[in-house]
Amino acid sequence: MRLSGLQREVLALYRKCLRESRKKPANTRPHFESFASRSEFQKNITLDKRDFSAIEYLLRKGQRQLEIYSAPGIKDIR
Amino acid sequence: MASLRTTSRLFASARPAFRTQMRTMASVSTPAAEPEPRTKTFHIYRWNPDEPTSKPHMQTYTLDLNKTGPMVLDALIRIKNELDPTLTFRRSCREGICGSCAMNINGTNTLACLCRIPTDTTQETKIYPLPHTYVVKDIVPDLTQFYKQYKSIKPYLQHSTPAPNGKEYLQSKEDRRKLDGLYECILCACCSTSCPSYWWNSEEYLGPAILLQSYRWLADSRDEKKEERKAALDNSMSLYRCHTILNCSRTCPKGLNPGLAIAEIKKELAF
Repeated sequence: MRLSGLQREVLALYRKCLRESRKKPANTRPHFESFASRSEFQKNITLDKRDFSAIEYLLRKGQRQLEIYSAPGIKDIR
Repeated sequence: MASLRTTSRLFASARPAFRTQMRTMASVSTPAAEPEPRTKTFHIYRWNPDEPTSKPHMQTYTLDLNKTGPMVLDALIRIKNELDPTLTFRRSCREGICGSCAMNINGTNTLACLCRIPTDTTQETKIYPLPHTYVVKDIVPDLTQFYKQYKSIKPYLQHSTPAPNGKEYLQSKEDRRKLDGLYECILCACCSTSCPSYWWNSEEYLGPAILLQSYRWLADSRDEKKEERKAALDNSMSLYRCHTILNCSRTCPKGLNPGLAIAEIKKELAF
């Protein structure tokens, strides 16, 4: 399937989230993974794929969150 | 102590007489006529990030200007207090020194606390967030990029040799005077977001506010990293995207002239 630019950006963000959670301590890693996939990505899975402004906003928000949560000082997430 | 008590008793005895006098005065004077209400309509940009699928819209509020302070910020605070507590905006000092309440009022970027409400009640006032910024909520802009650029110019004194008197770096009065018109900038981002060049190239072009700050550190006689600072600006994007449109100088709510500062940097780089 050919993906649009926006779709590729979303997938790249998802991939980065999972990669960053690999750097977290092993016992809290599932928390980070489920936070990224379940609470943040799944929550908006029903979004219309043509709603560009909403998707772009959520991408920016996701990038900001990723930047904050990927700081080495953050060990766990609830 | 005794004298104090007597005076207080004296006052107590005097009070009823005073009151009756007041009452008679009140009955004589006619009650002050209620002034004609001056209702003004405000259209304010609203967008809620909690519902990403919702579209931004304009919401209308009407206020009586007789009961509102003179500035747009007073009107916004009154709307938030009395009409709609969900309205979101940044504000802090209410006197034009913090730069928090920068927004687009009637098509001009300015500080809400320094902008008088136009007294013409037939005209409606429109309030938008700063143009070409990502919106956090309602009229709150996302200035992350702006602050990142400010950080990139190293806005602090760079000095490797110790001060001659071992305490502080001194400066002559003439050298200090070179910083007038530069140090007053409060980084409200009004000028940068009014610059068309910055709209299209905000990733690389620094924008008037940051260039004004660059020049503030270039003009500082105490700074020793002048060459490094110049070298950092000497490329096609950082500085030379300024095409002297001069929207920055026209809009600056503090009356500064970023256009002039940019011209001075260009001169320093050229000669």
